[in-house]
Amino acid sequence: MTGFASIFERFRREGQIWLSRLGNLFLSLVNLYRLRTKRRRFLARAILKRRELKIALDQTHLIQCKSILSFSTIRNEIDRLPHFLKHYRLLGVDHFLIVANNCTDGSVEYLKEQPDVSIWVTDRSYKASRFGVDWLTWLQIRFGHKHWTLTVDADELLIYPHYEHRPLAALTQWLDRSGQTSLQAMMLDMYPKGEIGTQQECDLNNPLKTLRWFDSGNYSFQIQQPMKNLWIQGGPRARQFFESDPQRSPTLNKIPLVKWNRRFAYVNSTHSALPRRLNQSYGVNGDERISGVLLHTKFLDSIVKKSQEEKLRKEHFNNSELYNDYYDALIKNPDLWTHTSVEFQDWKQLERLGLISSGGWA
Amino acid sequence: MTVGIVMLVHADFDRAAQIARHWVDGGCPVVIHIDKKVSDAKVSSFKATLADIDEIKFSERHKCEWGMWGLVAATQDASELLLQSFPNVRHVYLSSGSCIPLRPVQELVAYLDAHADTDFIESATIEDVTWTVDGLEEERFTLRFPFSWRKQRRLFDRYVSLQRRLRVKRKLPFKMQPHIGSQWWCLTRETLEGVLKDPLRGKYDKFFSRVWIPDESYFQTLSRTHSRKIESRSLTLSKFDFQGKPHIFYDDHLQLLRRSDCFVARKIWSGADKLYETFLRSPEDALTIAEPQPEKIDRLFSKATERRVKGRHGLVMQSRIPNDMWRHGKSCREYAVFEGFDSLFEDFIPWLKRTTELRVHGHLFNQDIVEFADGETMFKGGMSNSKHLRDYDPTGFLRNLIWNARDEHQAFQFGPQDNQSIHWEFATDPNACVAMITGAWLIDGFRKGLPFEELRKTAAKHQKIESTHRDALQSGYANAKSRIWTLAEFLEAPAENLSLVMNDISPGLGRQITEAPKMVDLTGFGAFVQNLKNEGMNPFVLGDFRQDDGREVSEKPARKPYLVR
Repeated sequence: MTGFASIFERFRREGQIWLSRLGNLFLSLVNLYRLRTKRRRFLARAILKRRELKIALDQTHLIQCKSILSFSTIRNEIDRLPHFLKHYRLLGVDHFLIVANNCTDGSVEYLKEQPDVSIWVTDRSYKASRFGVDWLTWLQIRFGHKHWTLTVDADELLIYPHYEHRPLAALTQWLDRSGQTSLQAMMLDMYPKGEIGTQQECDLNNPLKTLRWFDSGNYSFQIQQPMKNLWIQGGPRARQFFESDPQRSPTLNKIPLVKWNRRFAYVNSTHSALPRRLNQSYGVNGDERISGVLLHTKFLDSIVKKSQEEKLRKEHFNNSELYNDYYDALIKNPDLWTHTSVEFQDWKQLERLGLISSGGWA
Repeated sequence: MTVGIVMLVHADFDRAAQIARHWVDGGCPVVIHIDKKVSDAKVSSFKATLADIDEIKFSERHKCEWGMWGLVAATQDASELLLQSFPNVRHVYLSSGSCIPLRPVQELVAYLDAHADTDFIESATIEDVTWTVDGLEEERFTLRFPFSWRKQRRLFDRYVSLQRRLRVKRKLPFKMQPHIGSQWWCLTRETLEGVLKDPLRGKYDKFFSRVWIPDESYFQTLSRTHSRKIESRSLTLSKFDFQGKPHIFYDDHLQLLRRSDCFVARKIWSGADKLYETFLRSPEDALTIAEPQPEKIDRLFSKATERRVKGRHGLVMQSRIPNDMWRHGKSCREYAVFEGFDSLFEDFIPWLKRTTELRVHGHLFNQDIVEFADGETMFKGGMSNSKHLRDYDPTGFLRNLIWNARDEHQAFQFGPQDNQSIHWEFATDPNACVAMITGAWLIDGFRKGLPFEELRKTAAKHQKIESTHRDALQSGYANAKSRIWTLAEFLEAPAENLSLVMNDISPGLGRQITEAPKMVDLTGFGAFVQNLKNEGMNPFVLGDFRQDDGREVSEKPARKPYLVR
């Protein structure tokens, strides 16, 4: 009798285990289906929003099958554009596809003179276009398919291991061979020494001459389900502006470089993408994958004036009211520098500090 | 006599043409094999660019799939053509379109002249080989592999497991042991002719055409029977990463390659203009017959592979998020946690700083503010003393703290009055060294002279917290090096105990201490404890603390500093 009972007990237990496994499988399938629906919704949005874009300069015939393409949305970035283009041309970007949203400072006119730029203009809402992502998704559907694509803002300068000697073509070829389709590159907020709005000798040809400093080790890392994307927070903005509510501090993880397929879509700016394997370019077994950083040149002295404008425009956050304090703090012309700030030297320094990794690319 | 080059090409034809011309300029005839998969238009334009040179010939084209027989067939045909067309060739060097000669061609010729009857071919028996990455060693020979590993991966794997289940074992058509080694070799005419004109070649070819990666075993095995003298190494510098694909050389490897004294290196990135420009220049210096020394490059690549596979212990960053922190490092180096010491000793923190080289923080997890060492408001790495930022990610906070000052040995104070969210974290960290005096926090309450009612409440709370924490440190999950005393136990021999702790933190540290910290005045503490007991509390964390113990301590010259051995 006891024998029978124990056999019964065993079957019951195993049955439970299998049932929970089945349940988990079902849940993960539901999740995958949801993500698929989400991705397709983004693609549909992008296709609908294509009518908001008007082409101002079309040089897309210059794109060849192995070209590395850069996609950006800009608004009044005349200060940063020369250095932006210079930086990425040096890295070997072959063509820039730029959406200019409500530009009034001559950015469009400047870009029209460039030999490797195609421009679309729009006066519609940046926020309603998922912060420009819908527009770019449409351009990526049209032009990005099967290309290595870089999606960056005008204030983001990509740096990766060996970037001085090895252009993007070398990196992407190596990523291809390693079977990796995306590159993780967190934002590194660069700031000057002293009040950000009153910097002497601000050299627009190289914003990094003024913005030389960064925080080297105050970041928090989480993996978010169900997209398995990273959530990195921290840096000078977190400690200065979001000290009492770190949860709301800006997201720093980015996936700017992707071997694109027209069925891909960025979800939340370039912080995460679908399908979710694009988010998983980190090692989970103690191993280190390759990664870079986006040097974030937001804190040029124009930020103080811009913040006044952005506070009124309410185009940058989903619930903008919550970020009024942030803009107020920026308008007050703060100093982000502390004696623990680190001065930027090169990518090797960033690797030593543990911010990036060359992940086997010797 | 000279060296003939067999060149296998499948892409980057401009570079291949450049290299071929370089070999011919150095006096070496070249036979090129072009992959059959390349379009005819590309082939004819490539042939046209080299049409002006008689010393370059093109062999019959085969389909070259990685790991398949095509590569060997291509090599056989090209070698036959080379030996036939150029009778003055004594050595044949197998190379590819992305190989680059690092030293002047004449130096290679001179080196091979000095080793006229030597075959340079890496060839080792399977048992001695550790570099295979696919888990197939002897089975490379005993199973059949008709499917492509790259394109038909699933079929490949299924067929392998099917054969394993059926216990398929092919017989070798020869008596000798199979050998494997680098695909890139340099053989003498005699050996190569021996292999190619072997009467049993048909049988061998049939066997090897079903072997996995035959290009790493065909010549390596057969040359063993035909060679007079084998030097088991490759003259081509070629390194593989952990996925089994070759490391690529870029412009920034220039100095490293130059100093390696290797003859040929692969693989070179086709865009590495500086490398091509430097190494394909005609030689200016006098020729040397130095031996190749690839060790430096070996080190660079093995370090890179280690970084890729194991990562940096105790680091969490955007491309390293271990899901099993225990195995891959909760922290990057050892650190010390003191619990209760700053309550028992008046000047414990300054004393510890004076007498040791530790970086001594206060209560990092204080409920109000982070007490960094020396009262700093910011710590290395831009860490702020805000409790909100710390409590947002306490684990990350501790990990960052240890990582940011990893050149220092750090210590911090901890107690039941602090934020407890971290306590399991260091209890399970093998890098942590915890010294704990339970109940010592009561001394703070005693000295502050708080209202008894209030004190009684917090004491009960803290006692509960502390015993939970002590249980964690003593549990089976704990990995920290810990020493735990009750206050009564500790007071039995403070000097010895302190020195034990110091030696735990760093061996020999106990002996360096010449000055002892000053203990607080415990006069009346025994009565205070008795009072708590009388009120119905059981301060068990204090240990067996009797009233007269307190008196005893105060009567004896406790205030006089004593020496710690």
